[in-house]
Amino acid sequence: MVWKTLARHFISHPAPPCKANDAAVAALRQRLAAAGHKKLGRSLAIRHVAAGSCNGCELELRATQNLVYDLTQYGLSFTPSPRHADILLITGVAGGNMLTAVRQAREAMPEPVLVIAVGDCAVDGGVFKGSPAITGGADSILQVDLVVAGCPPAPAQIIEGLLALLEVNDTAPRPVRVPR
Amino acid sequence: MKLLSSEDWQAYPGKFIALWTDAHYAYALYQPAELVATLLVNGAYPALSHKGAGWFQRLAHDSNGHTAIGATDTRPAIEHFRSSDGTASWPEFSSPSGEGIHQVAVGPIHAAIIEPGHFRFSLRGEEVLKLEARLGYSHKGTLALIRGKSPRLAARFAARVSGDATVAHGIAFAHAAEAALGVTPPERAVYLRAIMAELERLANHGSDIGAIAGDAGFSFLDARFAWHRETLCEAAKAAFGHRLMMDMVIPGGVAGDILLGGMAAILAALLALESELPGLTRVFEDYASLQDRLVGTGIVPPQLAQAYAAGGFTGRASGQNHDARVSPGYAPYEHFGLEVPVEQDGDVAARIRIRLAEIIESIRFIRDMLTNLPDTAIVIAPPSGSGSGVGVAESFRGPVWHWLRIESGTIADVFIADASTLQWPLVEFAATTAILADFPLINKSINASYSGVDL
Repeated sequence: MVWKTLARHFISHPAPPCKANDAAVAALRQRLAAAGHKKLGRSLAIRHVAAGSCNGCELELRATQNLVYDLTQYGLSFTPSPRHADILLITGVAGGNMLTAVRQAREAMPEPVLVIAVGDCAVDGGVFKGSPAITGGADSILQVDLVVAGCPPAPAQIIEGLLALLEVNDTAPRPVRVPR
Repeated sequence: MKLLSSEDWQAYPGKFIALWTDAHYAYALYQPAELVATLLVNGAYPALSHKGAGWFQRLAHDSNGHTAIGATDTRPAIEHFRSSDGTASWPEFSSPSGEGIHQVAVGPIHAAIIEPGHFRFSLRGEEVLKLEARLGYSHKGTLALIRGKSPRLAARFAARVSGDATVAHGIAFAHAAEAALGVTPPERAVYLRAIMAELERLANHGSDIGAIAGDAGFSFLDARFAWHRETLCEAAKAAFGHRLMMDMVIPGGVAGDILLGGMAAILAALLALESELPGLTRVFEDYASLQDRLVGTGIVPPQLAQAYAAGGFTGRASGQNHDARVSPGYAPYEHFGLEVPVEQDGDVAARIRIRLAEIIESIRFIRDMLTNLPDTAIVIAPPSGSGSGVGVAESFRGPVWHWLRIESGTIADVFIADASTLQWPLVEFAATTAILADFPLINKSINASYSGVDL
């Protein structure tokens, strides 16, 4: 039984395909590498908070980590702890029930903090705009540095947004906020 | 709809699906699609003893202020924070008493990239004695936003009840609107809807199986299945213009025809998945260390699945053979025959096996439907009439039910029941059959939606 399994694994299989959009990924990689290295010389850690999404944005956010886009190759990675994070990435509307949690996550992060709103809901409430259960987009509870629109934005768009942040970051001083 | 006296309402036999209220009635939905109602008396109705009714009764209290008389569970569902500054004290979470028992709090913000929800574990050592899930964090007021809009406008909200099941919710909503207004969508639209629904099922089943393996520390399967989800999403974009196919299903038909080159893209993605699937299945079955984490973990016993009338792969892995595509059934599935895989073990491994079997079925479906795509219109304009209707569609995680009451072309009232509503209590139970470290696997293996129940 063991030998059969072992023998089977000795036979090499052709490498499975793993490229979806070569050109786009290559271009992104180039731009990110240039921007990231010049100024930061280190990697940025992202803490994601779903503040009231439909889970569409989370699917696409997770897809940025798959082997087609491979977010970590750019030095960007997700971290479970806000204490380790440089970027607070919000998806979904600013739901009333998540208000305290979002504020606490923001307060737990070391300054300076970059805040990104990903997806139409986080930008301005999206289709849920005007609902009494929400306060609007992420900017209704936090100061937002960058928005990535789309419902949901595709993984490439999200990476493009992160890149834009790094490029802006390259020329302007990083925003420093007074801790609350 | 059958109007019942309060005694008959409480004694009504059948497999419970959902409960909701409007200004005058309390409604209950039973399998296969039986709608009964009882009059509200002073904003109250007799509580139902069905296991699954709890969340619905809490939701009716929070959103409409209606009380279920005799309900044992009166915790809030979606109204957590009532004070004006947005804060409120935490509720008490009860623990079984005993020496060394302590609580672990998780959430609402989770470690992974997922939706918000709070889990309170009561533990003795690593053993989970009790799990209480506190949901409602994703509450966006979806039902209230749908009221007062035309079915076409409101379809955008139905598509965002749960983003991973956007097509299924779109179909269920369209079914409800079409039943209310007495229209039948063109055949081609029905086929295109089913193709999209099956693509959605493939993408979710694949990425979830991979994610479970990833949580067990086996990243190869995660990487491969995530790649397949990516090709399926790109194929969906090539065929329907959107990676998740959001807003494609509308009452009366579909918003657009399959795009040029879309069919080829879908077939290529299916072929890639089909040719790699046997190898991936073998890896899943062969690796003892992986099986060790999955077999016997997070067991949902068949009796419990039956008591909650749980649908989807969660129910089917625990001996229940419900599939909304078969019963009550809807077009076009009757033309293609559907094998409903059923297992008895009810553990994480069984749920994965069911999903692997469903992947094979869905691939076959999509191919059959693409070859037999009828050549008709893709949409008709729904008339501006009045009526009420129930619609259902089998999402990847189970049946989603939509109920609409339309008055002269405007939605007067609505209710949406995602499959997750009956699955969350099963997550709570399954967690107690394993240690704390296994919870991510169990949670992922059932993958109940947060947004889908928070409405």
